[in-house]
Amino acid sequence: MTEIEKSPAGFAYAPAPESAAIARLRPSYGIFVNGEFRAGRGEAVKTVNPATEEPLAEVAEASEADVDDAVAAARAAFAGWSALPGSARAKYLFRIARAIQERGRELAVLESLDNGKPIRESRDVDVPTAAAHFFYYAGWADKLGYAGFGPNPRPIGVAGQVIPWNFPLLMAAWKIAPALATGNTVVLKPAETTPLTALVLAEIIAECDLPPGVVNVLPGGPSVGQALVEHRGVDKVAFTGSTAVGKQIQRSVAASGKRLSLELGGKAANIVFSDAPLDQAVEGIVNGIFFNQGHVCCAGSRLLVQESIHDEVVASLRDRLATLRLGDPLDKNTDIGAINSAAQLARIRELSDSGEAEGADRWSPVCPLPEKGFWFPPTLFTGVSQANRIAREEIFGPVLSVLTFRTPSEAVEKANNTPYGLSAGIWTEKGSRILWMANRLRAGVVWANTFNRFDPASPFGGYKESGFGREGGRHGLEAYLAH
Amino acid sequence: MPTEKQPQPTEQKTDRVTVRKTYKLYIGGAFPRSESGRSYPVHSPSGELLAHAAQASRKDLRDAVVAARAAFAGWSGATAYNRGQILYRIAEMMEGRHAQFTAEVRAAEGVSEARAAAQVDAAIDRWVWYAGWTDKFAQVAGGSNPVAGPYFNFSLPEPAGVVGIVAPQDESLVGFVSVVAPVIATGNTAVVLASSDRPLPAVSLAEALATSDLPGGVLNLLTGSVAELAPWLAGHRDVNCLDLTGVVPAERVALAEAAAENVKRVYSPSGFDAAADPGTSRLTAFTETKTVWHPMGV
Repeated sequence: MTEIEKSPAGFAYAPAPESAAIARLRPSYGIFVNGEFRAGRGEAVKTVNPATEEPLAEVAEASEADVDDAVAAARAAFAGWSALPGSARAKYLFRIARAIQERGRELAVLESLDNGKPIRESRDVDVPTAAAHFFYYAGWADKLGYAGFGPNPRPIGVAGQVIPWNFPLLMAAWKIAPALATGNTVVLKPAETTPLTALVLAEIIAECDLPPGVVNVLPGGPSVGQALVEHRGVDKVAFTGSTAVGKQIQRSVAASGKRLSLELGGKAANIVFSDAPLDQAVEGIVNGIFFNQGHVCCAGSRLLVQESIHDEVVASLRDRLATLRLGDPLDKNTDIGAINSAAQLARIRELSDSGEAEGADRWSPVCPLPEKGFWFPPTLFTGVSQANRIAREEIFGPVLSVLTFRTPSEAVEKANNTPYGLSAGIWTEKGSRILWMANRLRAGVVWANTFNRFDPASPFGGYKESGFGREGGRHGLEAYLAH
Repeated sequence: MPTEKQPQPTEQKTDRVTVRKTYKLYIGGAFPRSESGRSYPVHSPSGELLAHAAQASRKDLRDAVVAARAAFAGWSGATAYNRGQILYRIAEMMEGRHAQFTAEVRAAEGVSEARAAAQVDAAIDRWVWYAGWTDKFAQVAGGSNPVAGPYFNFSLPEPAGVVGIVAPQDESLVGFVSVVAPVIATGNTAVVLASSDRPLPAVSLAEALATSDLPGGVLNLLTGSVAELAPWLAGHRDVNCLDLTGVVPAERVALAEAAAENVKRVYSPSGFDAAADPGTSRLTAFTETKTVWHPMGV
């Protein structure tokens, strides 16, 4: 968008694009094994800018033989890395945290190019939180005996880690930082559509002089991920992604002796009571479902509104949605960026169509979509029943389903009526009600009068089919320590 | 006690014709026979018939899960102090029946009276250990998290839900108590498959549970064939966790695979040592960490 346009609120926005050149894109990328970059022996795949559908770079993906090499490198590095004094491992991790901060702008632009998320989010959330995660776990490396897991906690060994495309750099940090702090070595597989920031992170790790093999990064598709989690040389598997794939992984490592942690899907209820501060709640609802285009496993995708304020909340939401700016992810004023891939866009469309077909009322603001790229407008469904697919299945897109309730008990019942249990939101001014609700919601993270907050010190992870194990905080160490 | 012949656990050496016990299941606070009408003979290691125990069916197992689920809200919502008192009450009830449990363990396992009595001692002491944990575990496993923003943020452990347990096959009493007590201490409810060959002490323990103010359905006991029942337990969609302590490693794979169907938390320890310090691993294995955020402001 080049001309200055007016928003419904009357503000005028000039284009404010970040320069793509900051990303220092290279024409091709390889894999990172045993401290060195080389071309993978798998497929050569073009990673695409989802906002333009234009290729960004060619990635020579890993093959199964590369998985063997990487696991062998991680195994060879394990003895030395785990034997280092914790204070030495800490200093390596502090270095990584600082290096991410130093190259923060480059990483943010690269992330927005590869993923399609608004630069405001990659700049203000993804990259700083990734750096903070390394900084946090760095401090644990020489204090593990005080963490409550016994006087002499030991690492597990080689960790095989598979991460999704919604927060590529941040998920890499969530996986690598606690693994290294506790003395494990790592083979990480980033998502096929978003490998670039993990590869720059590998470069940072190499520049921080970590011993070869301590971290290995293997871009590739599902077959590379499968080869990694099923590899006999892997002692610990950590996976973030869909519940369907999580179940496959749990089956494949069943009773193998491998340790497993899973961070899977969600269908969070965001519950708004009639006494809630409505302006704050509306902001929280919007942040809960439209942050990162709704590509968030803990997104507040089911809005449960107390019946008496349903019309008022929906009207406020429509007004607010009309002010959201969808478009160029590199524009600093953009609220909603591109959907990450054609496949994901197709899934969002299919589920949204099912919402209409099942009788819910669909609404989107007037929202011109760019001609090229993968885009989906912010979408609101009202009149949704609990049986509708859009109330049961994870859409992983900017689509909010509105349901109603009358009593706190009914809100709890409806919120818990899902196989998932990752997160939940509560909006009310009454403190005792917050704690009563928080106690009964079967979810790993409960945000009261806020939503979608993340912090390295705060444990994150699900109940039920949203997975097991925690990432973040003291609790996040447990997944990487031997029992 | 005669040494040449294993006694019926409650049989006395008098001329009086004794009243023998019918060993039944324990589901939802009641003692039903198997709905299937099946029973199976239970023998001592030396081959003497001890009793015909109920042989639970898949339907009994599903009934037990329903009972456990129904009991979950009340038990997990009880105060930790209340749960602690009830667990301690179980120890009291066992202590008063020490001689009976000793005789039953002796009959079931063919061990000396001294060893059987030591096992009863250990089982009672284990209830006391976990009774004390109920109102301390959240302080040890939880806490506040210093996030970088104007929020109060705390994490606390919560019971995971309904736990399916295969109890150790050898230690008929202390094994059973060691796997069951930590599960219910934190507020879970449980469906437990007792030792296939040595189920009788566990059934008598259920009588102590029933007189300890433990709400019906918190602990449900099934006797019968572990090989027959465990797959249904592992695959049940309303069971949240699976404890495979009593399953030999070779048979764990299929059960752990079935458990993935609803992402069960599977606890699969390499062995079971009743004499070892129980630690907190069994408390941790069946709890979830919940983290709550709230803004700070005026």
